[in-house]
Amino acid sequence: MVGSRPRPHDCRVDILGIARWQFGITTVYHFLMVPLTIGLSVLVAVMQTAWVRTGDRKYLAMTKFWGKLLLINFAMGVVTGLVQEFQFGMNWSAYSRFVGDVFGAPLAMEGLLAFFVESTFLGLWIFGWDRLPRQVHLGCVWAFSLASIVSAYFILAANSWMQHPVGVELVNGRPRLTSVWAVLSNPTLLAALPHTVAGCFAVSATFLVGIAAWQIARRRDRHEAMWRASLKLGAWVGVLAFAALAYSGDTQGKLMFQQQPMKMAAAEALCHTEQPAAFSVFAYGNVAKPNCESVKSLEVPYVLSFLATGSFSSRVEGVQDLIPQYQAKYGANYPNDPALGSLAGKPIDYVPDLPVTYWGFRLMIGFGAVAALAALGALWLVRRGRFPKTKWFPRAAVLAIATPYLANAFGWIFTEMGLQPWVVAPNPTGVDGVWLYTAEAVSSGVTTGEALTSVIALTTVYAVLAVIEIVLMVRYVRAGADDVSRDEPADDVLTFAY
Amino acid sequence: MDLPTFWFTVVALFWVGFLFLEGFDFGVGMLLPILGRDEVRRRVLINTIGPVWDGNEVWLVVAAGATFAAFPAWYAGLFSGAYLPLLALLLALIGRGVAFEYRGKIDTDRWRRTWDRVITTASWVAALMVGIVVATTVLGLPLDPAGDRIGGPFSSLRPVVLLGGLAVAGFALLHGSVFVTLKTEGDIHDRARRFGLRVAPIAAAPIVALLLVVQLTEGHGWTWVPLAVAVAAIAGAVARLRADRDGQAFALLGVAVVALGTTLFGALYPDVLPSTVNAANSLTVHGAASAHYTLVVMTWVAAFGAPAVLVYQSWTYWVFRRRISTSHIPAAH
Repeated sequence: MVGSRPRPHDCRVDILGIARWQFGITTVYHFLMVPLTIGLSVLVAVMQTAWVRTGDRKYLAMTKFWGKLLLINFAMGVVTGLVQEFQFGMNWSAYSRFVGDVFGAPLAMEGLLAFFVESTFLGLWIFGWDRLPRQVHLGCVWAFSLASIVSAYFILAANSWMQHPVGVELVNGRPRLTSVWAVLSNPTLLAALPHTVAGCFAVSATFLVGIAAWQIARRRDRHEAMWRASLKLGAWVGVLAFAALAYSGDTQGKLMFQQQPMKMAAAEALCHTEQPAAFSVFAYGNVAKPNCESVKSLEVPYVLSFLATGSFSSRVEGVQDLIPQYQAKYGANYPNDPALGSLAGKPIDYVPDLPVTYWGFRLMIGFGAVAALAALGALWLVRRGRFPKTKWFPRAAVLAIATPYLANAFGWIFTEMGLQPWVVAPNPTGVDGVWLYTAEAVSSGVTTGEALTSVIALTTVYAVLAVIEIVLMVRYVRAGADDVSRDEPADDVLTFAY
Repeated sequence: MDLPTFWFTVVALFWVGFLFLEGFDFGVGMLLPILGRDEVRRRVLINTIGPVWDGNEVWLVVAAGATFAAFPAWYAGLFSGAYLPLLALLLALIGRGVAFEYRGKIDTDRWRRTWDRVITTASWVAALMVGIVVATTVLGLPLDPAGDRIGGPFSSLRPVVLLGGLAVAGFALLHGSVFVTLKTEGDIHDRARRFGLRVAPIAAAPIVALLLVVQLTEGHGWTWVPLAVAVAAIAGAVARLRADRDGQAFALLGVAVVALGTTLFGALYPDVLPSTVNAANSLTVHGAASAHYTLVVMTWVAAFGAPAVLVYQSWTYWVFRRRISTSHIPAAH
């Protein structure tokens, strides 16, 4: 090194912690915005299609009302997505260098093939109400909403490769792409995509149900038909989404058992191998203790075996039995690389943070189940023109809006914390050596001060924006539906303009 | 031309596209307090870019994504090296994007004035930071042999790099004035034109200074040509603006930004990120590139995707081609 002071080795661990917190905060936050954008944009496209095909103004009112909420939310999804793309280079430069041959491609494809379409056609949709023929304008909202799903596909392709690296060979210690088709048809991706997209529709479904039920209950405006249609649409989408979530989640669990056995054991905080293995519904005590003696757990026999393999009698390996296998396969200690700072040469802890994975997994399923019950309940309670005259129904429906959000957040927290200590987990049937520890992934040249400035600034701005978004959402929900009984404004006035 | 050089050109083109399109978006934001003396006029200004600013910003997303995919070491070195400018850029883009969407959502003056301030400040910051990031990659930063920045957070912010910030801010100011002149009618059109003419010398000075610094420190013989074209095109744009031919002025600024990008990235080639402490540590087009197969895949993606983007973005500009005036703005909502 020429003319440089030595690297601040001691700060490496600090930066690692800060960079991980930033990634966690910004990702969970980004994924509060994304699901509503994806799900609601498709539903708004459905509403607008119904209006164009039937001419029923109820559907126009729905399109405009839900469309406004979609736009309030979309802005936040876009700007928080920029942070996601940039922070790989800023905080995780070693990671970016290691995986760049593979990982950058799906991100670039997302921008070029999906995000461009989304942003351009959203602009056309917002400003094109009186500029475009009806069918073309309808096409814009469909282009926008379908592109948002294509976006999700490419982003999940990148994420799935970190969970299950495929389509590469190892050249000079770095993975080199050999088959882009393998990356784009990764079984992990094909299972994650339906699960994630169904999670998006679940969010949008309870959003529709909650707000529509509240609108009907307060009976402030003349649009009951539109709120009813919204509620029914939301409840049906919800029921379908939750069925898809359960099915795709089961597929993912079975893949995870093959691809990341430690994550499966961590999901259960399963200390010792069991055959047949029981599913723990609830535990009392510290699940992180190396031996599970202090933990009292409410268990359902055979169920974990079934979740892992599809057979009720199969063997599921526990954390304590997997540790020696991982040590034998991937080494007991971190490499003696000074770039690793105080972790250099230290033993590798192969066990994810068990309380986080155990409870994250349960909270994901639990909140998802509550949301599913809410959708089913709503469908039953409003059957054939009924509407319960109780005070609790609209309140419960509004509260239920939060549940799929929480389920999504805990799902991501589980899957990313369960990936630790890896940032690229080894593929048991893949190429030997294609893996990376999170501790090795962080930027070398970045100082603690920079990383800290970044996480504080972003968290503060995100917190302020969250308050503003919620205030605006509540305001626009309270304002109710626009009056669409007259024709659209004259041609020289802009609609939906800023 | 081999594939790494081709992709270097593609990345440079995405930066040029971004500067051309988002340049006037930034400019409109920066001009908001200058040209928008009342609420209706401010709304006219914002609505000139309303349908397009978000699509324009994707050029930056794709410039960054293409850099990551085709030159991982460049992406890693530049983004971790220019950390604070990129953080400021992110915060500015967050503020701007949200402000456009939210300023009209509550009908009070205080609410709108707050967001107007966010738009103006964030547009200035974003333009300055984009310029600093581009100048950082062209003029280099202290890199160690691993391609990591050394010397702490401010070691990359040399005065010549800060000049890059002023150059892009100056360009955005001029480009924004010409764009508003082109897209509006009535008194905003006249005021924008007059302001553009007045600000042109101040705006052009840092651009010319940056071009000369880059040319004299690392330029090749042939890069004098695009440099001369860039300077001539800016002068021509100002002359056409004076003649009230705003369309031609806008087109000439397009020529200027292409020539500007050609000079900067042409001078940079065959490096992508020079090291200011030791030339041996500089990242080069061939050293930083992804493997052949990845570049082939990305070439197919770009061959399919990029023309489609040009077609539907051009169509957007065609749909919203009409000039806007105060009579087009509806009542507050």
